[in-house]
Amino acid sequence: MSITELTLYQQAILLLAGLIALTSFLMLGQSRLVRLVLVFALQGVLLAATTSMVAYVLEFPHLYISAGLTLLLKGILIPIMLYRLIYRMGLHREMDTLENPARVMMGGASLVVFSYYVSLPVVAHSPLVTLNAIAVSLAVVLLGMLLMITRRQAVAHVVGFMSIENGLFFAAVVSTYGMPMVVELGVAADVLVATVVFGVFFFQIRASIDSLNVDRLSKLSEVEK
Amino acid sequence: MIAVVVLLLIPLAGMALLALRGDTPKAGRINVRCNALALAASLWIAIDVLVHGPRLSAGQLLYIDSFNVYLVVLTAFVGLTTSVFSGPYMAHEREIGRLNPRRLRLYYAMYQGFMLAMYLVLTTNNMGVMWVAMEGATLATVLLVSLYRTPESVEAAWKYFILCGVGIAQALFGTVLLYFAAEQKLGIGGDALLWTVLHDNAGALDPAILSLAFVFLLVGYGTKIGLVPLHQWLPDAHSEGPTPMSAILSGLLLNDALYAVVRCKMLVDASLGTHLAGTLMMGFGLLSFLVAALFLHRQTDIKRLFSYSSIEHMGLMTFAFGVGSPWATFAALFHMTTHSLTKSAIFVTVGHAAQLAGTQRMDRIRGLILTQPAIGWGLLIGTLAIAGFPPFGVFASEFLVLVATMHDYPWLTPLLLLGVGLAFAGLFRHLQPMVYGDVPEGQKAIPANLWPVMLHLAMVLWLGLSIPTFLGHWFNQATHLISGAFPQ
Repeated sequence: MSITELTLYQQAILLLAGLIALTSFLMLGQSRLVRLVLVFALQGVLLAATTSMVAYVLEFPHLYISAGLTLLLKGILIPIMLYRLIYRMGLHREMDTLENPARVMMGGASLVVFSYYVSLPVVAHSPLVTLNAIAVSLAVVLLGMLLMITRRQAVAHVVGFMSIENGLFFAAVVSTYGMPMVVELGVAADVLVATVVFGVFFFQIRASIDSLNVDRLSKLSEVEK
Repeated sequence: MIAVVVLLLIPLAGMALLALRGDTPKAGRINVRCNALALAASLWIAIDVLVHGPRLSAGQLLYIDSFNVYLVVLTAFVGLTTSVFSGPYMAHEREIGRLNPRRLRLYYAMYQGFMLAMYLVLTTNNMGVMWVAMEGATLATVLLVSLYRTPESVEAAWKYFILCGVGIAQALFGTVLLYFAAEQKLGIGGDALLWTVLHDNAGALDPAILSLAFVFLLVGYGTKIGLVPLHQWLPDAHSEGPTPMSAILSGLLLNDALYAVVRCKMLVDASLGTHLAGTLMMGFGLLSFLVAALFLHRQTDIKRLFSYSSIEHMGLMTFAFGVGSPWATFAALFHMTTHSLTKSAIFVTVGHAAQLAGTQRMDRIRGLILTQPAIGWGLLIGTLAIAGFPPFGVFASEFLVLVATMHDYPWLTPLLLLGVGLAFAGLFRHLQPMVYGDVPEGQKAIPANLWPVMLHLAMVLWLGLSIPTFLGHWFNQATHLISGAFPQ
């Protein structure tokens, strides 16, 4: 099936899937924390846009609530909180050094290929859109992990963590038209509490190692030092 | 089903109450009372299920059958005895200045919050809500790990949060895939995530999607079980947090995460008709069992030692559930009970021992049996029990696992025996000098409440000598649910 045979809605979903994967790559290559958070907010807004489009076109009114929650949490609240923390901790001028950005990008690209490979048998009998949705969301999850592996700043870890959740939500919205309401609310509550706890942790970590560079959290190990 | 709602409301109310009153001297007693009420509610549920069989709530959100009801009772029981220990323990920690009133309030409120999450994981019928509750359990305990605010504890808590958060996100992906598979057959609607509905229609679900979903679910919930190589958070979180929390983490959280995996396995088995899920669990379980047994030898911190022992036993249970025959399943259920009781008793004793010696380093804990015989004997007997000595219950359950393995996979038996031997040596090389060594100067007995320990160990001993009829009946019913047949 070629792209032009798809309905307008399906094409739009593919476009948004592509954009969301793109934001994940942008985060991977972003060395300034402030911009990292900005791109993360953009990803949240794209996710909310996807959700509300599914809600509108396929007429699932309960998805509007989900879209609103996503926009509020991932697009506005969490980025603002991270911004304020970054400024309060004086991290806005700091650059996180990226080692081997080219290699990380290549790694990211191969993760996307891998995601498509894994998803192929699963969606063998489903339309093209589902394949892309599942593969892209798996890719966003894996790219979030890659982001966490390659960074040292605790803030970047939190962004990676939240972007993993974005990937999961994208899969839930496009392939299953949203989770049941009770689950959706529960997950949103968990994300909210997690954000607050992360905020608390930033202060605890800074109080204990005087920076947010988690590489320095290396006191506990199996080997006696 | 009112009992289940009551069971969930008790810790919720307790959480609110203790968030306000957690710094008063009465807080310990309030905590005990909440847990006692929860135990009463869980017994009420148990009798209800024993008489009427599996129960589904009106909104289909809660479901109780013989598998989860016995875990609910176990959770409530261990929660109660640990809270009995935690009152004086936390009072002592406050006296020596490691805690302030605010942190004490947080501690007590989150104790109840954790219990709430555990009950919800066990009683919910909705796979999505189960995930939410599991994540809630992480959130409730993560700030408790860093309760003492030492650099080590902050590091442990961060590791715990990130690893478990990312790990459990995989389980959410698995849940989404499960929902996706179900919606294709059952149509769009809220019912497709209900375990009962999924189980009834498992045969019709797409096997390709379900096997992928199971991989994600196993990795996700497996992180919480502490399966190697996803176990990194576990020894850190156990060793740096307050001891009552180590007891409930080891005794409850790990069990309930395994419960989640087994629930998923039941769905996947019914859909696939192959042994894929079981094989995966056997592989992960055996690896955890052996690696943890080896790591026991290298430990210097007493709580780390016993947390590796927890990984080892969880590995064995995962393995046994993976084998999947009725006997193996029976043994795994039995082992869940005996391990949970023994390990929480050990952590309570270890907490006292560490307070007595003023350190958790094993090379400085000496002469327990001379300074305070109750603690020394408690640690000795507890360790004997957990190492799998007869006549304790852990021996009986490990023996059953061995027999079941010999029947189905005889070539794996030497590996299991090797692991048991390694673990025994790993525990005793550290234990002997701690219990019998010379008493350091100035070491004095401390006020200790050891009846939870005695009670747990007596129960483990009883289980080792004979399984009471009602418990045997429960295990049989649960085995039938999980493996499809009664153990012959």
